Amino acid sequence: MVNRTIEDDTLLRVEGLKTYFFQRNAVLKAVDGVSFTVAQGEAVGLVGESGSGKTMTCLSLMRLVPQPGARIVEGEIWFKNENLLDLTEHEMRAYRGHRMAIIMQDPQTSLNPVYTVGEQVAEPVRLHLKERGQQAMARVLDSLRSVRIPRPELRLGQYPHQFSGGMRQRVVAAMGLTTEPELLIADEPTTSLDVTIQAQFLRLIRELQQESGTSVIWVTHDLGIVAQMCDRVNVMYAGRIVESGRVRQIYKEPQHPYTRALLDSVPLMGARREKLYQIEGQPPDLRSIPEGCPFWPRCPDAMDKCKEQYPPRTSLGGEDFVHCWLTEEGR
Amino acid sequence: MVKYIGFRIFQALLGLWFIATLVFILSRSIGDPAEVFTARNSGVDAREIMAAKLGLDRPVHEQYLKFLGQLVRLDLGDSVSNGIPVTQILVERMPATFTLGLVALIFALALSLPLGILGAVYRDSAIDWIAKVLAFLGQSMPPFWSGIMLIILFAVVWEMLPPAGKGGWQSYILPGFTLGWGVMAGMVRLVRSSMMDVLDSDYVAMARAKGLPEAVVIGKHALRNALLPVLTYSSLVLGAFMNGSVVVEQVFAWPGIGTSAVQSVVRRDFPVIQGVVIVFGSFFILINLLVDIMYAVIDPRIKYTN
Repeated sequence: MVNRTIEDDTLLRVEGLKTYFFQRNAVLKAVDGVSFTVAQGEAVGLVGESGSGKTMTCLSLMRLVPQPGARIVEGEIWFKNENLLDLTEHEMRAYRGHRMAIIMQDPQTSLNPVYTVGEQVAEPVRLHLKERGQQAMARVLDSLRSVRIPRPELRLGQYPHQFSGGMRQRVVAAMGLTTEPELLIADEPTTSLDVTIQAQFLRLIRELQQESGTSVIWVTHDLGIVAQMCDRVNVMYAGRIVESGRVRQIYKEPQHPYTRALLDSVPLMGARREKLYQIEGQPPDLRSIPEGCPFWPRCPDAMDKCKEQYPPRTSLGGEDFVHCWLTEEGR
Repeated sequence: MVKYIGFRIFQALLGLWFIATLVFILSRSIGDPAEVFTARNSGVDAREIMAAKLGLDRPVHEQYLKFLGQLVRLDLGDSVSNGIPVTQILVERMPATFTLGLVALIFALALSLPLGILGAVYRDSAIDWIAKVLAFLGQSMPPFWSGIMLIILFAVVWEMLPPAGKGGWQSYILPGFTLGWGVMAGMVRLVRSSMMDVLDSDYVAMARAKGLPEAVVIGKHALRNALLPVLTYSSLVLGAFMNGSVVVEQVFAWPGIGTSAVQSVVRRDFPVIQGVVIVFGSFFILINLLVDIMYAVIDPRIKYTN
């Protein structure tokens, strides 16, 4: 399995990724054995509550886990035929911002306040595409235009504080997409935008993705966004992927009780339910994840077995799988 | 921009006027200067002659207007002890104080910037500990003591540097270092904490995610943001050096304004004290003005509107 050449159209294959935080007297298993694949041109969702390890998984993919403290302790991250974890820091930099880019959660803080927007979008162009001067500026203008920023010639010389939240997030997107990366990681990029701006932004990214054939990893806790944006979805809980499947399949027949609970907590337009469903309890403390399946204390269908042993991977056909004793026992 | 600078200059002039008025009131409310300047038991005549000479026989508002009028023409009166115009004394001594302050600030920045930045980048490493220990030492050693220790070591024992006085560039090293040393401590802490805040920010993470080398991430994206509080602090320090130099100038027999201040206090040379206070005050105001303008240049978020 280790050095299987990646045939077909797989762009990214993550195998058994573990990223831990080492604290003075505790180890936080933020990512605890995550495996998934992303095909070329595919949009994959990474869904879960805060603290489930989504963001840390993304940062691990770029090898940008917070230093000091966090470390990737195990696993493989195959980008085409290269294991990113084998690369030197220097080689890794050629991937960041060039072959893989990230859009972060908060557009208010992810742009540097003291440099112009043009300068910040131009950086990856100069760095990775080795374009300078007029040529670089032309590309920057193109990419600002592609994310539909009005009057880009004027906006180029302005500073981030002169942009609205939605426009800033477009700038961040332009910054990531200008080098035409093969993989775009979008880490809850719409959380801080209001709903109408959010919808515009989602539509924009969807279009850009379809035009360029970029693969996208969407990190979100919003299953509505997943339904709109993604082909596949991986549901994360306590640092592990508990269910993975095609979006339609998961919406139709969620296998894991946690997935079901997440789906039930999405507010539906015109639904008659008076109070929105809420998952009981708190996500587990990553310092002391319970034995067995970490979801059992909150699971309505928990059995004795769930408290003792983590459920194995049950294949659901194709690449779909679930980790749940209910499904495992049911077959 | 022009409008903003104009407004700030107007504010600065207002501040200067306030300081001058304060000096005028203070110098007349702590005793009759004519009394102070004449010998004890010298009789009424001598006092009246002195009062007339100082213009103290005129009504207060007239004195005040005359004082302001002279101030505008940079005339601060004459020294009582030797008759030399105060302006001349200050102009002769200002360069020595100013250059010493500058040298001290350069020492302080040259030590604290690298130590603070490296301390923040390599948290809890050896360099971070060295920075912490140096900051601790700098904060706990008063300049009159560390100055004397430096003189003993470098001038007396090793005979490497002149012990006192202003001469060639070597003579700047000990007083400059002494003056800068105490300030370095606070500055290391400030640079370190401000750099640490910035390094944790999203835009620094974003800069890394673009694939920029760490040196560019820190030198370009983090440093400029981290320097904003350091700039404010440096300016306050430069202002304070004008006062702190009273002690250090005395220890190193430095022919600056600080030494004049001490001498004139000892001799009760009122016009010189007035002059020194006005110069200290104006210097603070001028620095604040310059910093405001520099701030606006470094940080585009600061608008030039008022």
